[in-house]
Amino acid sequence: MKITKEEVVHVTGLARLSLDDNDIELYTKQLGDILSYMDALNRIDTEGVPPTSHAIFINNAFREDEVEPSIPAGRALANAPESEDEGFVVPKVIG
Amino acid sequence: MDLYRLTIHEAHELLTTGKISSVELTSAVFDRIEQVEDKVGAYITLVKDRAMAEAADADKVIRQGNGKPLTGIPIAIKDVLCTEGVRTTCGSRILKNFIPPYNSTVVDRLREARAVIIGKANMDEFAMGSSTEHSALTTTRNPWDLTRVPGGSSGGSAAAVAADECIGAIGTDTGGSIRQPASHCGVVGLKPTYGRISRFGLVAFASSLDQIGPITKDVTDCAILMNEICGYDPNDSTSVPREVPNYTKALQAGIKGLVVGMPKEYFSEGLDEDVAQSIDAAIKVIEGLGATCKYVSLPHTEQAVAVYYLIAPAEASSNLARYDGVRYGFRDNGAEELIQMYRDTRSKGFGPEVQRRIIIGTYALSAGYYDAYYGKASQVRTLIIQDFNQAFETCDVLLAPVAPTPAFKLGEKLDDPLAMYLSDIFTLPANLAGIAGVSVPCGFSRDGLPIGLQILSKHFDEEKLIRVAYNFEQETDFHAKRPEL
Repeated sequence: MKITKEEVVHVTGLARLSLDDNDIELYTKQLGDILSYMDALNRIDTEGVPPTSHAIFINNAFREDEVEPSIPAGRALANAPESEDEGFVVPKVIG
Repeated sequence: MDLYRLTIHEAHELLTTGKISSVELTSAVFDRIEQVEDKVGAYITLVKDRAMAEAADADKVIRQGNGKPLTGIPIAIKDVLCTEGVRTTCGSRILKNFIPPYNSTVVDRLREARAVIIGKANMDEFAMGSSTEHSALTTTRNPWDLTRVPGGSSGGSAAAVAADECIGAIGTDTGGSIRQPASHCGVVGLKPTYGRISRFGLVAFASSLDQIGPITKDVTDCAILMNEICGYDPNDSTSVPREVPNYTKALQAGIKGLVVGMPKEYFSEGLDEDVAQSIDAAIKVIEGLGATCKYVSLPHTEQAVAVYYLIAPAEASSNLARYDGVRYGFRDNGAEELIQMYRDTRSKGFGPEVQRRIIIGTYALSAGYYDAYYGKASQVRTLIIQDFNQAFETCDVLLAPVAPTPAFKLGEKLDDPLAMYLSDIFTLPANLAGIAGVSVPCGFSRDGLPIGLQILSKHFDEEKLIRVAYNFEQETDFHAKRPEL
Protein backbone atom coordinates (compact mmCIF):
# COMPACT_ATOMS: atom_id res chain seq x y z
CA MET A 1 0.00 0.00 0.00
CA LYS A 2 1.39 3.39 -0.94
CA ILE A 3 0.53 6.36 1.27
CA THR A 4 -0.58 9.47 -0.65
CA LYS A 5 0.13 13.12 0.10
CA GLU A 6 -3.56 13.63 0.88
CA GLU A 7 -3.46 10.81 3.43
CA VAL A 8 -0.40 12.30 5.11
CA VAL A 9 -2.20 15.66 5.32
CA HIS A 10 -5.29 13.94 6.76
CA VAL A 11 -3.35 11.94 9.36
CA THR A 12 -1.30 15.00 10.31
CA GLY A 13 -4.58 16.69 11.18
CA LEU A 14 -5.80 13.70 13.20
CA ALA A 15 -2.50 13.76 15.12
CA ARG A 16 -2.85 17.52 15.76
CA LEU A 17 0.39 18.32 13.97
CA SER A 18 0.93 20.82 11.20
CA LEU A 19 3.56 20.28 8.55
CA ASP A 20 4.68 22.65 5.82
CA ASP A 21 4.68 21.59 2.16
CA ASN A 22 8.32 20.50 2.19
CA ASP A 23 7.78 18.28 5.21
CA ILE A 24 4.61 16.79 3.71
CA GLU A 25 6.62 15.92 0.61
CA LEU A 26 9.48 14.39 2.63
CA TYR A 27 7.23 12.46 5.02
CA THR A 28 5.10 11.10 2.18
CA LYS A 29 8.22 9.61 0.65
CA GLN A 30 9.71 8.33 3.93
CA LEU A 31 6.42 6.90 5.19
CA GLY A 32 5.86 5.32 1.79
CA ASP A 33 9.19 3.48 2.06
CA ILE A 34 8.48 2.43 5.64
CA LEU A 35 4.94 1.22 4.90
CA SER A 36 6.11 -0.69 1.82
CA TYR A 37 8.50 -2.51 4.11
CA MET A 38 5.62 -3.24 6.53
CA ASP A 39 3.64 -4.80 3.70
CA ALA A 40 5.91 -7.84 4.00
CA LEU A 41 3.73 -8.80 6.99
CA ASN A 42 0.96 -9.66 4.55
CA ARG A 43 2.98 -12.68 3.45
CA ILE A 44 2.60 -14.17 6.94
CA ASP A 45 -0.40 -16.43 7.45
CA THR A 46 -2.16 -15.24 10.61
CA GLU A 47 -5.44 -17.06 10.07
CA GLY A 48 -6.83 -17.82 13.54
CA VAL A 49 -3.84 -16.29 15.39
CA PRO A 50 -5.00 -14.18 18.35
CA PRO A 51 -3.50 -10.69 18.59
CA THR A 52 -1.17 -9.78 21.49
CA SER A 53 -1.47 -6.38 23.10
CA HIS A 54 0.50 -7.23 26.24
CA ALA A 55 3.23 -9.87 26.58
CA ILE A 56 2.77 -10.58 30.29
CA PHE A 57 -0.63 -11.84 31.35
CA ILE A 58 -2.08 -9.83 34.22
CA ASN A 59 -5.78 -10.08 34.87
CA ASN A 60 -7.79 -7.57 36.88
CA ALA A 61 -5.13 -5.62 38.74
CA PHE A 62 -7.58 -4.46 41.41
CA ARG A 63 -6.94 -2.47 44.54
CA GLU A 64 -9.16 -1.29 47.37
CA ASP A 65 -11.09 1.83 46.44
CA GLU A 66 -9.59 4.02 49.14
CA VAL A 67 -8.95 7.72 48.94
CA GLU A 68 -5.27 8.53 49.26
CA PRO A 69 -3.50 11.88 49.25
CA SER A 70 -2.57 13.26 45.86
CA ILE A 71 -0.50 16.16 44.60
CA PRO A 72 -1.97 19.50 45.73
CA ALA A 73 -3.48 21.64 42.98
CA GLY A 74 -0.77 24.28 43.23
CA ARG A 75 1.96 21.79 42.43
CA ALA A 76 -0.05 20.15 39.69
CA LEU A 77 -0.44 23.57 38.08
CA ALA A 78 3.18 24.59 38.56
CA ASN A 79 4.27 23.49 35.08
CA ALA A 80 1.24 24.92 33.25
CA PRO A 81 2.01 27.45 30.51
CA GLU A 82 -0.91 29.49 31.86
CA SER A 83 -3.15 28.95 34.87
CA GLU A 84 -5.69 30.85 36.92
CA ASP A 85 -7.08 29.94 40.35
CA GLU A 86 -7.27 26.14 40.21
CA GLY A 87 -7.53 25.75 36.45
CA PHE A 88 -5.54 25.66 33.24
CA VAL A 89 -6.10 28.56 30.87
CA VAL A 90 -6.43 27.78 27.15
CA PRO A 91 -7.24 29.85 24.05
CA LYS A 92 -10.92 30.06 23.14
CA VAL A 93 -12.47 26.75 22.09
CA ILE A 94 -15.50 28.03 20.19
CA GLY A 95 -15.10 31.04 17.89
CA MET B 1 43.83 5.98 42.42
CA ASP B 2 41.24 7.45 40.03
CA LEU B 3 38.09 7.01 42.07
CA TYR B 4 35.81 7.65 39.10
CA ARG B 5 37.03 4.41 37.52
CA LEU B 6 35.58 2.29 40.33
CA THR B 7 32.69 -0.10 39.90
CA ILE B 8 29.75 -0.03 42.31
CA HIS B 9 30.98 -3.05 44.25
CA GLU B 10 34.57 -1.75 44.46
CA ALA B 11 33.37 1.67 45.63
CA HIS B 12 31.03 0.07 48.18
CA GLU B 13 33.92 -1.90 49.65
CA LEU B 14 36.07 1.23 49.99
CA LEU B 15 33.17 3.27 51.38
CA THR B 16 32.16 0.77 54.06
CA THR B 17 35.76 0.21 55.19
CA GLY B 18 36.18 3.98 55.53
CA LYS B 19 38.98 4.19 52.96
CA ILE B 20 37.07 6.76 50.91
CA SER B 21 33.98 8.90 51.45
CA SER B 22 31.05 9.42 49.14
CA VAL B 23 31.91 13.13 49.05
CA GLU B 24 35.38 12.23 47.70
CA LEU B 25 33.95 9.75 45.24
CA THR B 26 31.24 12.12 44.03
CA SER B 27 33.74 14.97 43.67
CA ALA B 28 36.02 12.71 41.66
CA VAL B 29 33.15 11.86 39.32
CA PHE B 30 32.28 15.55 38.83
CA ASP B 31 35.97 16.33 38.17
CA ARG B 32 35.96 13.59 35.57
CA ILE B 33 32.80 15.06 34.02
CA GLU B 34 34.50 18.44 33.85
CA GLN B 35 37.44 16.80 32.12
CA VAL B 36 35.67 14.78 29.41
CA GLU B 37 32.07 15.99 29.09
CA ASP B 38 32.95 18.48 26.34
CA LYS B 39 33.96 15.53 24.20
CA VAL B 40 31.31 12.99 25.22
CA GLY B 41 28.20 15.06 25.93
CA ALA B 42 26.49 12.40 28.03
CA TYR B 43 24.33 14.68 30.14
CA ILE B 44 21.42 17.03 29.64
CA THR B 45 21.34 18.22 33.26
CA LEU B 46 23.86 17.93 36.09
CA VAL B 47 22.86 18.53 39.71
CA LYS B 48 26.19 18.94 41.45
CA ASP B 49 25.01 20.85 44.53
CA ARG B 50 22.21 18.40 45.25
CA ALA B 51 24.52 15.47 44.60
CA MET B 52 27.21 16.75 46.98
CA ALA B 53 24.56 17.20 49.70
CA GLU B 54 23.29 13.66 49.06
CA ALA B 55 26.86 12.37 49.24
CA ALA B 56 27.39 14.06 52.61
CA ASP B 57 24.15 12.48 53.89
CA ALA B 58 25.26 9.09 52.58
CA ASP B 59 28.56 9.44 54.43
CA LYS B 60 26.65 9.92 57.70
CA VAL B 61 24.61 6.78 57.04
CA ILE B 62 27.77 4.82 56.26
CA ARG B 63 29.53 6.08 59.39
CA GLN B 64 26.54 4.85 61.42
CA GLY B 65 27.14 1.44 59.89
CA ASN B 66 23.93 1.49 57.86
CA GLY B 67 25.45 1.63 54.37
CA LYS B 68 23.72 -0.51 51.74
CA PRO B 69 25.30 -1.61 48.44
CA LEU B 70 24.26 1.63 46.68
CA THR B 71 24.76 4.05 49.56
CA GLY B 72 26.90 6.97 48.42
CA ILE B 73 27.29 5.65 44.85
CA PRO B 74 27.01 8.29 42.07
CA ILE B 75 24.36 7.21 39.56
CA ALA B 76 23.20 8.78 36.28
CA ILE B 77 19.52 8.66 35.35
CA LYS B 78 18.21 8.66 31.80
CA ASP B 79 16.26 11.87 31.34
CA VAL B 80 13.01 10.00 30.77
CA LEU B 81 12.53 9.15 34.47
CA CYS B 82 10.84 11.80 36.57
CA THR B 83 13.00 13.38 39.27
CA GLU B 84 11.16 15.62 41.71
CA GLY B 85 12.44 19.19 41.46
CA VAL B 86 14.97 18.34 38.71
CA ARG B 87 13.92 19.04 35.14
CA THR B 88 13.06 16.00 33.07
CA THR B 89 13.19 16.74 29.36
CA CYS B 90 12.98 13.39 27.54
CA GLY B 91 15.43 14.99 25.13
CA SER B 92 12.57 17.10 23.77
CA ARG B 93 11.92 20.79 23.28
CA ILE B 94 8.36 20.18 24.38
CA LEU B 95 9.53 19.23 27.92
CA LYS B 96 12.63 21.41 27.97
CA ASN B 97 11.55 23.18 31.16
CA PHE B 98 9.39 20.48 32.76
CA ILE B 99 10.03 20.03 36.48
CA PRO B 100 8.25 16.92 37.76
CA PRO B 101 6.24 17.25 40.97
CA TYR B 102 7.15 13.68 42.00
CA ASN B 103 9.82 11.00 41.62
CA SER B 104 9.51 7.91 39.49
CA THR B 105 9.42 4.77 41.65
CA VAL B 106 12.90 3.72 40.47
CA VAL B 107 14.34 7.08 41.49
CA ASP B 108 12.55 6.83 44.85
CA ARG B 109 14.09 3.41 45.41
CA LEU B 110 17.55 4.67 44.54
CA ARG B 111 17.06 7.57 46.96
CA GLU B 112 15.89 5.17 49.69
CA ALA B 113 19.08 3.18 49.11
CA ARG B 114 20.94 6.50 49.50
CA ALA B 115 22.45 6.42 46.04
CA VAL B 116 23.70 9.82 44.85
CA ILE B 117 21.91 11.07 41.75
CA ILE B 118 24.35 13.16 39.75
CA GLY B 119 22.46 14.09 36.64
CA LYS B 120 20.09 13.32 33.83
CA ALA B 121 21.55 11.55 30.82
CA ASN B 122 20.95 12.40 27.19
CA MET B 123 18.67 10.28 25.01
CA ASP B 124 16.82 10.22 21.72
CA GLU B 125 13.72 12.38 22.01
CA PHE B 126 11.08 10.37 23.90
CA ALA B 127 13.43 7.36 23.58
CA MET B 128 12.71 7.13 19.84
CA GLY B 129 15.94 6.31 18.09
CA SER B 130 19.01 4.10 17.98
CA SER B 131 21.77 6.70 18.04
CA THR B 132 20.82 9.46 20.53
CA GLU B 133 21.05 11.83 17.54
CA HIS B 134 17.34 12.56 17.88
CA SER B 135 17.90 14.44 21.14
CA ALA B 136 16.74 18.02 20.68
CA LEU B 137 19.04 19.23 23.45
CA THR B 138 22.60 17.97 23.01
CA THR B 139 24.84 15.58 21.06
CA THR B 140 26.36 12.51 22.69
CA ARG B 141 29.47 10.95 21.13
CA ASN B 142 30.79 7.43 21.52
CA PRO B 143 33.67 7.57 24.03
CA TRP B 144 35.56 4.95 21.97
CA ASP B 145 35.42 7.03 18.79
CA LEU B 146 34.07 10.56 18.98
CA THR B 147 33.00 10.49 15.32
CA ARG B 148 30.53 7.71 16.09
CA VAL B 149 27.17 7.43 17.81
CA PRO B 150 26.92 5.94 21.31
CA GLY B 151 23.85 3.98 20.23
CA GLY B 152 20.43 4.79 21.59
CA SER B 153 18.11 5.65 22.90
CA SER B 154 19.92 5.40 26.30
CA GLY B 155 23.10 6.70 24.63
CA GLY B 156 23.83 9.26 27.35
CA SER B 157 23.60 6.65 30.12
CA ALA B 158 25.84 4.16 28.28
CA ALA B 159 28.40 6.80 27.27
CA ALA B 160 28.49 8.15 30.84
CA VAL B 161 29.30 4.67 32.18
CA ALA B 162 31.91 3.98 29.48
CA ALA B 163 33.60 7.37 30.01
CA ASP B 164 33.58 6.94 33.82
CA GLU B 165 31.32 10.00 34.14
CA CYS B 166 29.26 8.04 36.70
CA ILE B 167 29.68 4.79 38.59
CA GLY B 168 26.46 3.24 37.28
CA ALA B 169 23.42 4.34 35.31
CA ILE B 170 19.75 3.70 34.66
CA GLY B 171 18.38 3.40 31.13
CA THR B 172 15.19 2.27 29.49
CA ASP B 173 14.65 -0.27 26.73
CA THR B 174 11.61 -0.24 24.44
CA GLY B 175 13.25 -1.92 21.42
CA GLY B 176 16.88 -2.33 22.48
CA SER B 177 17.58 1.08 24.01
CA ILE B 178 19.60 -0.36 26.91
CA ARG B 179 21.28 -3.32 25.19
CA GLN B 180 22.34 -1.61 21.94
CA PRO B 181 24.05 1.46 23.47
CA ALA B 182 25.64 -0.82 26.11
CA SER B 183 27.02 -2.92 23.25
CA HIS B 184 28.25 0.10 21.30
CA CYS B 185 29.92 1.62 24.38
CA GLY B 186 31.47 -1.59 25.76
CA VAL B 187 29.48 -1.77 29.01
CA VAL B 188 26.85 -4.08 30.53
CA GLY B 189 23.15 -3.33 29.99
CA LEU B 190 20.19 -5.40 31.13
CA LYS B 191 16.58 -5.15 30.00
CA PRO B 192 14.49 -7.01 32.58
CA THR B 193 11.27 -8.86 31.92
CA TYR B 194 8.29 -6.59 31.23
CA GLY B 195 6.62 -6.03 34.60
CA ARG B 196 9.75 -6.74 36.68
CA ILE B 197 10.30 -3.03 37.41
CA SER B 198 7.71 -0.34 38.03
CA ARG B 199 7.24 2.13 35.18
CA PHE B 200 5.58 4.68 37.46
CA GLY B 201 7.10 8.06 36.68
CA LEU B 202 8.72 6.79 33.49
CA VAL B 203 7.52 9.04 30.68
CA ALA B 204 5.63 6.63 28.44
CA PHE B 205 6.71 5.88 24.86
CA ALA B 206 5.21 2.46 24.04
CA SER B 207 3.54 1.18 27.17
CA SER B 208 3.45 -2.53 26.28
CA LEU B 209 7.19 -2.53 25.50
CA ASP B 210 8.93 0.01 27.78
CA GLN B 211 11.13 -1.36 30.56
CA ILE B 212 13.69 0.23 32.88
CA GLY B 213 17.06 -1.39 33.60
CA PRO B 214 20.68 -0.93 34.70
CA ILE B 215 23.72 0.05 32.61
CA THR B 216 26.95 -0.73 34.46
CA LYS B 217 30.69 -1.36 34.23
CA ASP B 218 30.35 -5.06 35.02
CA VAL B 219 27.81 -7.82 35.67
CA THR B 220 28.16 -7.70 39.46
CA ASP B 221 27.10 -4.04 39.43
CA CYS B 222 24.19 -4.95 37.22
CA ALA B 223 22.98 -7.51 39.79
CA ILE B 224 23.38 -4.97 42.61
CA LEU B 225 21.26 -2.36 40.83
CA MET B 226 18.65 -4.98 39.90
CA ASN B 227 18.26 -5.87 43.60
CA GLU B 228 17.30 -2.29 44.38
CA ILE B 229 15.03 -1.35 41.49
CA CYS B 230 12.99 -4.52 40.84
CA GLY B 231 9.66 -5.40 42.38
CA TYR B 232 5.95 -4.76 42.44
CA ASP B 233 4.63 -1.23 42.81
CA PRO B 234 0.95 -0.50 43.48
CA ASN B 235 1.36 2.64 41.36
CA ASP B 236 2.03 0.54 38.24
CA SER B 237 -0.68 -2.04 37.63
CA THR B 238 1.49 -3.72 34.98
CA SER B 239 4.29 -4.41 37.48
CA VAL B 240 4.07 -8.03 38.55
CA PRO B 241 3.56 -8.99 42.22
CA ARG B 242 6.31 -11.56 42.34
CA GLU B 243 9.17 -12.03 44.75
CA VAL B 244 12.49 -10.45 43.79
CA PRO B 245 15.40 -12.86 44.14
CA ASN B 246 18.80 -11.74 45.40
CA TYR B 247 20.45 -11.35 42.02
CA THR B 248 23.97 -11.24 43.45
CA LYS B 249 23.48 -14.89 44.48
CA ALA B 250 23.30 -15.72 40.78
CA LEU B 251 26.95 -14.69 40.58
CA GLN B 252 28.01 -17.80 42.44
CA ALA B 253 26.88 -20.71 40.28
CA GLY B 254 28.65 -22.05 37.21
CA ILE B 255 26.96 -22.80 33.90
CA LYS B 256 27.99 -26.41 33.38
CA GLY B 257 25.13 -28.36 31.84
CA LEU B 258 23.09 -25.35 30.73
CA VAL B 259 21.64 -25.59 27.25
CA VAL B 260 22.31 -22.49 25.19
CA GLY B 261 20.50 -21.82 21.93
CA MET B 262 21.81 -19.81 19.01
CA PRO B 263 18.89 -18.55 16.89
CA LYS B 264 20.14 -19.17 13.36
CA GLU B 265 18.18 -16.19 11.99
CA TYR B 266 20.46 -13.92 14.08
CA PHE B 267 23.57 -15.28 12.34
CA SER B 268 22.44 -14.60 8.80
CA GLU B 269 24.07 -12.63 6.02
CA GLY B 270 24.44 -8.95 6.72
CA LEU B 271 26.08 -9.56 10.06
CA ASP B 272 29.32 -7.56 10.20
CA GLU B 273 32.38 -9.82 9.97
CA ASP B 274 33.98 -8.53 13.19
CA VAL B 275 30.70 -8.92 15.07
CA ALA B 276 30.28 -12.47 13.75
CA GLN B 277 33.82 -13.40 14.82
CA SER B 278 33.42 -11.95 18.30
CA ILE B 279 30.13 -13.77 18.83
CA ASP B 280 31.61 -17.05 17.58
CA ALA B 281 34.52 -16.66 19.97
CA ALA B 282 32.08 -15.90 22.81
CA ILE B 283 30.13 -19.06 22.05
CA LYS B 284 33.36 -21.07 22.32
CA VAL B 285 34.02 -19.50 25.74
CA ILE B 286 30.50 -20.43 26.90
CA GLU B 287 31.00 -23.97 25.58
CA GLY B 288 34.35 -24.13 27.33
CA LEU B 289 32.53 -23.44 30.60
CA GLY B 290 30.53 -26.64 30.14
CA ALA B 291 27.33 -25.35 28.52
CA THR B 292 25.88 -27.15 25.53
CA CYS B 293 25.38 -24.86 22.54
CA LYS B 294 23.00 -25.67 19.71
CA TYR B 295 21.28 -23.87 16.86
CA VAL B 296 17.57 -23.13 17.20
CA SER B 297 15.14 -21.31 14.95
CA LEU B 298 13.05 -18.20 15.60
CA PRO B 299 11.36 -18.15 12.20
CA HIS B 300 9.59 -14.78 12.58
CA THR B 301 12.69 -12.77 13.47
CA GLU B 302 12.72 -10.85 10.23
CA GLN B 303 9.14 -9.65 10.78
CA ALA B 304 10.05 -8.11 14.15
CA VAL B 305 11.09 -4.81 12.56
CA ALA B 306 7.77 -4.34 10.79
CA VAL B 307 5.77 -5.48 13.83
CA TYR B 308 7.68 -3.23 16.21
CA TYR B 309 7.61 -0.16 13.99
CA LEU B 310 3.83 -0.44 13.77
CA ILE B 311 3.04 -1.30 17.40
CA ALA B 312 5.50 1.11 19.06
CA PRO B 313 4.44 4.16 17.00
CA ALA B 314 0.77 3.22 17.47
CA GLU B 315 1.20 3.22 21.24
CA ALA B 316 3.37 6.34 21.06
CA SER B 317 0.83 8.27 19.01
CA SER B 318 -1.67 7.68 21.78
CA ASN B 319 0.76 8.30 24.69
CA LEU B 320 2.09 11.52 23.19
CA ALA B 321 -1.38 12.98 22.70
CA ARG B 322 -0.96 14.43 26.21
CA TYR B 323 1.57 17.02 25.00
CA ASP B 324 -0.89 19.68 24.00
CA GLY B 325 0.51 22.82 25.59
CA VAL B 326 -2.17 22.89 28.29
CA ARG B 327 -1.00 21.25 31.51
CA TYR B 328 2.78 21.26 31.24
CA GLY B 329 5.55 21.70 28.73
CA PHE B 330 6.00 24.10 25.86
CA ARG B 331 3.06 26.06 24.41
CA ASP B 332 3.18 28.06 21.19
CA ASN B 333 1.23 31.24 21.82
CA GLY B 334 0.73 32.30 18.21
CA ALA B 335 -2.75 30.82 17.70
CA GLU B 336 -6.01 32.35 18.84
CA GLU B 337 -8.03 29.17 19.03
CA LEU B 338 -7.46 25.86 20.74
CA ILE B 339 -7.00 23.34 17.91
CA GLN B 340 -4.49 25.54 16.11
CA MET B 341 -2.65 26.04 19.42
CA TYR B 342 -2.38 22.23 19.77
CA ARG B 343 -1.05 21.88 16.24
CA ASP B 344 1.47 24.71 16.48
CA THR B 345 2.67 23.56 19.90
CA ARG B 346 3.15 19.96 18.83
CA SER B 347 4.81 20.74 15.50
CA LYS B 348 7.25 23.17 17.07
CA GLY B 349 7.74 21.11 20.24
CA PHE B 350 8.38 17.67 18.73
CA GLY B 351 11.39 16.87 16.54
CA PRO B 352 11.15 15.17 13.13
CA GLU B 353 11.53 11.53 14.28
CA VAL B 354 8.83 11.89 16.93
CA GLN B 355 6.47 13.51 14.41
CA ARG B 356 7.24 10.77 11.90
CA ARG B 357 6.35 8.09 14.44
CA ILE B 358 3.21 9.88 15.59
CA ILE B 359 2.07 10.02 11.96
CA ILE B 360 2.89 6.33 11.33
CA GLY B 361 1.11 5.35 14.54
CA THR B 362 -1.93 7.48 13.87
CA TYR B 363 -2.12 6.06 10.35
CA ALA B 364 -1.77 2.46 11.58
CA LEU B 365 -4.64 3.00 14.02
CA SER B 366 -6.90 5.01 11.71
CA ALA B 367 -10.20 3.84 10.27
CA GLY B 368 -9.67 1.62 7.24
CA TYR B 369 -6.05 0.75 8.07
CA TYR B 370 -6.31 -0.61 11.60
CA ASP B 371 -6.78 -4.26 10.58
CA ALA B 372 -4.13 -4.18 7.86
CA TYR B 373 -1.45 -2.61 10.05
CA TYR B 374 -1.97 -2.56 13.82
CA GLY B 375 -4.18 -5.66 13.84
CA LYS B 376 -1.86 -7.66 11.62
CA ALA B 377 1.22 -6.60 13.59
CA SER B 378 -0.46 -7.68 16.85
CA GLN B 379 -1.10 -11.13 15.38
CA VAL B 380 2.47 -11.55 14.10
CA ARG B 381 3.61 -10.45 17.58
CA THR B 382 1.88 -13.57 18.89
CA LEU B 383 3.87 -15.69 16.42
CA ILE B 384 7.13 -14.09 17.60
CA ILE B 385 6.20 -14.95 21.20
CA GLN B 386 5.40 -18.53 20.19
CA ASP B 387 8.84 -18.82 18.54
CA PHE B 388 10.51 -17.86 21.82
CA ASN B 389 8.27 -20.17 23.87
CA GLN B 390 9.29 -23.05 21.67
CA ALA B 391 13.01 -22.22 21.87
CA PHE B 392 12.88 -21.95 25.67
CA GLU B 393 11.29 -25.41 25.89
CA THR B 394 14.72 -26.86 25.17
CA CYS B 395 17.10 -23.98 25.95
CA ASP B 396 17.97 -22.21 29.20
CA VAL B 397 19.12 -19.06 27.44
CA LEU B 398 19.70 -17.82 23.89
CA LEU B 399 22.89 -16.20 22.62
CA ALA B 400 22.94 -13.66 19.81
CA PRO B 401 24.54 -10.48 18.58
CA VAL B 402 23.07 -7.23 19.93
CA ALA B 403 23.41 -5.25 16.71
CA PRO B 404 24.44 -6.19 13.17
CA THR B 405 27.39 -3.76 13.21
CA PRO B 406 29.48 -1.86 15.77
CA ALA B 407 28.61 1.82 16.36
CA PHE B 408 27.99 3.71 13.14
CA LYS B 409 29.13 7.24 12.26
CA LEU B 410 27.25 10.30 13.48
CA GLY B 411 24.91 11.36 10.70
CA GLU B 412 25.26 8.09 8.78
CA LYS B 413 21.64 6.96 9.12
CA LEU B 414 19.95 10.21 10.06
CA ASP B 415 18.33 10.80 6.68
CA ASP B 416 17.20 7.23 6.20
CA PRO B 417 14.78 6.30 8.99
CA LEU B 418 14.18 2.80 7.63
CA ALA B 419 17.93 2.00 7.68
CA MET B 420 18.02 3.15 11.33
CA TYR B 421 15.01 0.94 12.14
CA LEU B 422 16.58 -2.12 10.49
CA SER B 423 19.65 -1.82 12.73
CA ASP B 424 17.39 -2.78 15.67
CA ILE B 425 16.47 -6.21 14.31
CA PHE B 426 18.23 -8.28 17.00
CA THR B 427 16.92 -6.36 19.99
CA LEU B 428 13.27 -5.71 19.05
CA PRO B 429 11.98 -9.30 19.41
CA ALA B 430 12.72 -9.44 23.17
CA ASN B 431 10.55 -6.37 23.80
CA LEU B 432 7.73 -7.73 21.68
CA ALA B 433 7.83 -10.97 23.72
CA GLY B 434 8.41 -9.19 27.05
CA ILE B 435 11.42 -11.41 27.83
CA ALA B 436 14.68 -10.37 29.50
CA GLY B 437 17.99 -9.69 27.76
CA VAL B 438 21.45 -8.50 28.62
CA SER B 439 24.38 -7.18 26.61
CA VAL B 440 27.90 -7.97 27.85
CA PRO B 441 31.16 -6.85 26.20
CA CYS B 442 32.54 -9.70 24.06
CA GLY B 443 35.14 -8.13 21.80
CA PHE B 444 36.33 -5.24 19.67
CA SER B 445 36.19 -4.61 15.96
CA ARG B 446 39.43 -4.10 14.03
CA ASP B 447 38.71 -0.36 14.40
CA GLY B 448 38.69 -0.73 18.16
CA LEU B 449 34.92 -0.43 18.60
CA PRO B 450 33.24 -2.49 21.33
CA ILE B 451 30.97 -5.42 20.47
CA GLY B 452 28.35 -6.87 22.80
CA LEU B 453 27.02 -10.38 23.26
CA GLN B 454 23.28 -10.61 23.81
CA ILE B 455 21.90 -13.23 26.18
CA LEU B 456 18.12 -13.72 26.31
CA SER B 457 16.03 -15.61 28.86
CA LYS B 458 12.39 -16.43 29.29
CA HIS B 459 10.16 -14.26 31.49
CA PHE B 460 11.47 -13.61 35.02
CA ASP B 461 14.64 -15.64 34.55
CA GLU B 462 17.07 -12.74 34.96
CA GLU B 463 19.09 -14.81 37.42
CA LYS B 464 20.11 -17.13 34.63
CA LEU B 465 21.05 -14.18 32.40
CA ILE B 466 23.20 -12.73 35.14
CA ARG B 467 24.73 -16.14 35.83
CA VAL B 468 25.73 -16.75 32.21
CA ALA B 469 26.90 -13.16 31.73
CA TYR B 470 28.99 -13.28 34.90
CA ASN B 471 30.64 -16.57 34.05
CA PHE B 472 31.47 -15.23 30.60
CA GLU B 473 32.84 -12.01 32.08
CA GLN B 474 35.12 -13.95 34.46
CA GLU B 475 36.71 -15.68 31.48
CA THR B 476 37.32 -12.51 29.48
CA ASP B 477 38.65 -9.00 30.08
CA PHE B 478 36.72 -6.93 27.52
CA HIS B 479 34.66 -5.29 30.27
CA ALA B 480 37.82 -4.04 31.99
CA LYS B 481 38.99 -1.98 29.00
CA ARG B 482 38.20 1.74 28.98
CA PRO B 483 38.38 4.25 26.15
CA GLU B 484 41.16 6.82 26.09
CA LEU B 485 39.71 10.29 26.35
